[in-house]
This record gives sequence, structure tokens and C-alpha cells, in this order.
Amino acid sequence: MAITVNRKKLTFWEKLYLPAIVGGLKVTLKHAYNTLFLGKVVTMEYPEQKWTLPTGYRGAPYLVKDQDNSTKCVSCQLCEFVCPPKAIRITPPGEHGQKADRTNAEKMPAEFEINMLRCIFCGFCQEVCPEEAIFLQKDYSLTGLSRSEMIYNKEKLLSLGGEVGGIQKWKLKLDEAKAQENFPVKL
Amino acid sequence: MNWNFIIFSLVKIAIAIGVVQGIVMYSVLAERKISAWIQDRVGPNRTAPPFVKYIPVVGPFLTRLGVFQPLADGLKFLVKEDFTPGGVKKIYFWIAPALAVIPAMLTIAVIPFGSNIGAQKMVIADLNVGILYTFGIVSMGVYGIVLAGYAANSKYPMFGGIRSSAQMISYEISMGMSVIPVLLIVGNLNLSQIISWQSTHGWMVAYAPISFIIFMVASFAETNRTPFDLPEAETELVGGYHTEYGSMKFALFFLAEYSNMVSSSAMMVTLFFGGWTLPFWGLDHAATSFGMGIAQIFVFLAKMLFFMVVFIWVRWMFPRFRYDQLMDLGWRRFLPLALVNILITAVWLWLRS
Repeated sequence: MAITVNRKKLTFWEKLYLPAIVGGLKVTLKHAYNTLFLGKVVTMEYPEQKWTLPTGYRGAPYLVKDQDNSTKCVSCQLCEFVCPPKAIRITPPGEHGQKADRTNAEKMPAEFEINMLRCIFCGFCQEVCPEEAIFLQKDYSLTGLSRSEMIYNKEKLLSLGGEVGGIQKWKLKLDEAKAQENFPVKL
Repeated sequence: MNWNFIIFSLVKIAIAIGVVQGIVMYSVLAERKISAWIQDRVGPNRTAPPFVKYIPVVGPFLTRLGVFQPLADGLKFLVKEDFTPGGVKKIYFWIAPALAVIPAMLTIAVIPFGSNIGAQKMVIADLNVGILYTFGIVSMGVYGIVLAGYAANSKYPMFGGIRSSAQMISYEISMGMSVIPVLLIVGNLNLSQIISWQSTHGWMVAYAPISFIIFMVASFAETNRTPFDLPEAETELVGGYHTEYGSMKFALFFLAEYSNMVSSSAMMVTLFFGGWTLPFWGLDHAATSFGMGIAQIFVFLAKMLFFMVVFIWVRWMFPRFRYDQLMDLGWRRFLPLALVNILITAVWLWLRS
């Protein structure tokens, strides 16, 4: 069954097109004026201007140091295991290897590599890390001239990650436990 | 054999072609910049040869304006591989771009771009049948496009070619008809004479406004510019007649389109807006000094560039016409309107005489 759409009958003035044309020209001219003289541009000129990233943004994962400037990573290799694209490779220190540079830790990795070409910024490593030693930070534009350059080693990751002193895992756990005491779990 | 004439003609041809090419190059940039401004964007603002950054203030400003972009574009076209696809009809494929460009450039020959400098008239060929010549040449322009569409041996270019042939033939008629009132009023086909008539009587657009509107719309259709860019409708026909073209051959089609814009703008200025004349500062009669001759050339260029900007401006404002609407507008609106316009003008002239 054919459906007839009732079109509005145009007046002679509307049929002339000319008022509509002039209206269109006015709109485009206004936009051109706004961009040219008022600087109302929607373009963000990227390398010079950058986004303000939201909290919780998942950028590149870097290793962090604690407040004493020592390595938090204890080389447990959970992140290596959980990493979906297998971007992380950890070389543990071995039996007679280097000791951890902080107290409360047995060891630290001899080498910690993240292949940034493989990394998918999923955040599993951050989630799984028991020591809160790896964080997805706000870097998103990683560039390099070769594949080998894109494999970030421990030194580079630590220097890029910087110090996250505010996060003290065991203090946090203690606070959580204290909070739970106020709401005893009924069995 | 008049050597003076030959030498001066060659100089004028060289300068005219150079200027037209320059305008074409920079109208591509203008197109991109104006479209950017209309769409709240920035447009090309990065390209610059390496030495420019050492020029203070001016260098970054020019870069930001995108002044070097056309040079980069031209270079890109030149160094690209000149590729001929396998299935094409080779001869037509090769001559089509030339057939598009040559008529576009030839039209410039009869346009008086200035009054005179010294004893030299600022027109390459001061033909007595200037307008007829223009129409003859312009109608040749369709061959380039049709041949390109045919030679590509693929359906979308073919559609583009067919569309353009129908479109250009239809609009040529209303275009030709729209100029007849102008010829009736002036009584001469010579473009220089038309300008000198306008310098004493005022701009022709005041005498024949309907002619001007029809001429303008028809020249949009003739140059395949946006409300009527059906031959190259990107969204429907991939790229229309130049789908199969690349590198310099594609650039030639571009050149043809913009040269057509230049010559249409020049024709509009000449026929309806007094050519090189201005009603004040004593620029309304043929130049008596060197400086005045130069000034009149710049007056002409300024008027022409205004119309180029209008061409570009309209492109970024209008949606494309549907094909039946295009034909409807050409045959059922403009043709009768042009005929009535001729009649009214003729009656008016008859009553006045």
C-alpha cells in the first residue's frame, strides 16, 4: 500500500530558493566570522595542545617506587602471568641474586621488560599486583624508531613511573580491616 | 609581419597563463581554508620549507596561513607515479586531461583584464566576437570530462561523464540565453566594447539582474561546482569522471576545474560588473598613465577574486542537487526565464528607441 506523505505546499517566496540561499550564506558567513575573528575553533592542535585526561585513564603501565625511592616490585611474576598479550617479561634475581632494595621484601626483579608494542593497556597488571608496584599512567603517545626501542626495561619503567608514595598498601589494608570491624559480618 | 605585436602578445600570454596558474594554485588553498573557517576548523597550517622557521613573525604567520601548502601539493602531484590502469582506453585516457585543461585556459584569451598600458591593450585577443568565442570554447570543455569518463572503462567514471555531458549541454543553453539581453543592450559582441559601454552607463548588473543570476547559476553548473557537482559526486560516484586518474593527470583535471572558475569569474566581472572599471578615483575610463593601467588590472583581479570566493563559499553551503532537480532547474525554470528576460529587454529597448 502506497503511503502518501503530505508535503507542505511551498509559497512562491519559498519556491524562489533565494531566501533560503541568503539564509544559508548568512549562517556560513557567521561561522567563518566566528572562527576568523573570535577564534571559536573546535580543532585542538594536537602536539601543541593536549587533552586533560580523566582520572582512571588507562595509559601505559609503568613501575613505581615507594616513598623511600626503592623498588616496590617483588618479582612475583603475577603480572607476567596475567598479561593477555604477553607483553611483560620478568627476569627474577635467582637464588643468589640481588636483594631487594627495601625492607619487607625478599627480592626484586633483575630485569623487568614491557613491550609497549604488545601492551594493550588493559590494566590487568595493575589489578593483579599484590604490591601495587605497577600502575597504568597517563602516557598514551609512545613512539620509537625501532621495535627494540619500544621494549621498555626496568630502569626506564621506574624512571617514567616515578614515585607513588601516597599509596601504602599495608596501611590501606589496615584501614580496610578497621572499617570492617565496625560492621561485623554476621554469619 | 608585425614583430611588435607578436612579442607583446607572447608576453601577455605568458603573464596571463602564469597569473591564472598562480590563482588556481592558491584557490585550492583558499578552498581548503575557507571550508575550514566555515566549518569552525583551522585548515592547513603546518606545511613550510625548512628555512621559513628562521624568519621571525612573518614566517610562522605564513605557515599558519598555509601559504606553502600549494607548493607541497604541486610537488606531490609531480613526483607521484603516473599510473595508467590496465583496462583503460589508452589514447582517450591520455588526451582527456589535456582536452579538459586547454579550453579552460583558452577562454582567458578574450578577456580584457585591463584597459591599456602604454599603447598595449590589456587583452590577448581583442576579438569582435568575444562572447561567441567564449561560448564555443567553453562547450569544448565537456569533451575532456566525457572522454575521461568513457576512457576509464569503469562504470562510475562513465556515469560521471554522462551526467556531465547532459548537465553542461543543458546549462550552456540557459547561459547563452542569459547573455543575449546584455548583447541587446550594448549592441556589440566585443568584450572590450561591453566594458567601455559599462564605464559610461553603469554596471550591467543594474540593467540585467536576472541575466546575471541565470549566468551565475549556469556557470556554477558549467564548472561542475557544488550545488551542481554531479559529475564528480564523491558520495555517489566515488570520484566521478576522474576516479581512475592519478598524479599529474588528476592534477590537470583539478587545474581545469579551477581555471574554469577563473574564466567564469572573469566573464561575470566583464559582462556584469564593469570589468576593469571602477566608478570612482578616475578609474572609469581607459588608462592614460602606466600606474593607472596597473591599478585597473588589480581592480579587475580583485573583482574576479571576489567571485572566486563566492564560488568557494557557495560550495561549503549548499547540498548537492538531485539529478532530476538539476535538469528541472535548467530546462523548466532557467530556460523560460531567460527567454522571458530576452523578450522583456527587447520590448523595453524597442519602447525606448
